[in-house]
Amino acid sequence: MRCEELAEVVSASDEGVVVDDWRARRHVETCLRCQAELARYRKLVRALRALRADLLQPEAGLVADVMACLEDAGERHALRSLLSEHKVAYVGGLAVATAGAAGAFVIASRTRGRRVALAG
Amino acid sequence: MSDGGNPVPAPEVEPVMPVPADALSPLVAAAREGDRAAFEELVRRTSAETYTLAYRLLGNEEDARDVVQEAYIRAYRGIGKFRGESQFTTWMYRITANCAVTWLDRRRRHHHEELADDAQFADGSADRDPQARADASALRSELNVALQELPPRLRAVVVLRDVYDLPHEAIAAELGISESAAKVRLHRARRRLRERLFPMPGEEKAHAV
Repeated sequence: MRCEELAEVVSASDEGVVVDDWRARRHVETCLRCQAELARYRKLVRALRALRADLLQPEAGLVADVMACLEDAGERHALRSLLSEHKVAYVGGLAVATAGAAGAFVIASRTRGRRVALAG
Repeated sequence: MSDGGNPVPAPEVEPVMPVPADALSPLVAAAREGDRAAFEELVRRTSAETYTLAYRLLGNEEDARDVVQEAYIRAYRGIGKFRGESQFTTWMYRITANCAVTWLDRRRRHHHEELADDAQFADGSADRDPQARADASALRSELNVALQELPPRLRAVVVLRDVYDLPHEAIAAELGISESAAKVRLHRARRRLRERLFPMPGEEKAHAV
């Protein structure tokens, strides 16, 4: 292992920072530079872990905004569901109405044709 | 979003501690049954943590608020499928990370990527001597600034892994990358932070240049 590769073999867990690979561990045991760098990674990871306890306090009103968004999203979702449920009925109704109109037109035109023939 | 010319005021800082996970279990159970009031209480108790993560990933208050809203909408819709294998807060971290990445992609497409202002965080550790507290506080401030100076892709991985302790596979899944890519980004991020905050002899000059 080369000293520059130390970051690639360092892993962190709740137990601390360890060197994963046994070859790398053997190298670190004999390399003062890597030992010093490993100590710095330990400090860094400890500092990063500690950030978890530092919380930003959001501006007042965030919860109300979230709930309002949920309300909006819920209404939009309900409307979409309603529309999709009724879509089939709307399309079916439209088809029936169109077919009815077409049928009426055909009957009317046949009746008119027969009247013309009788008159002739 | 800040325009670079006018500094955005730092978010209000108050000491807040994370909510114990088991305190949320009855609320999660009720919310899964469709109890809206229980879900609202979950939002109330976890919003500071969710918001802090969103802010850390995005570096911007306004974007963080929007992402928090989106994350809770997704959580509300998906809570019926949440089986409680992980803690509710961990589940929220994953959803928030996913929403933040989508947001970052959108922001990048609109060429609005920018460095963040220096937000201040509440100090959650008060039981130390004044000198140690001052040192820790200085380190935290530097670390927060250094995190915000990382490219968003590197920042997301190191924040989710080293601050929030998400496993590599969860990070990879939420960021839409492979596990090995997540690991490579983590190493790069750690190295940059280490060089910036704890330089080895000879690295100080390189950093100063």
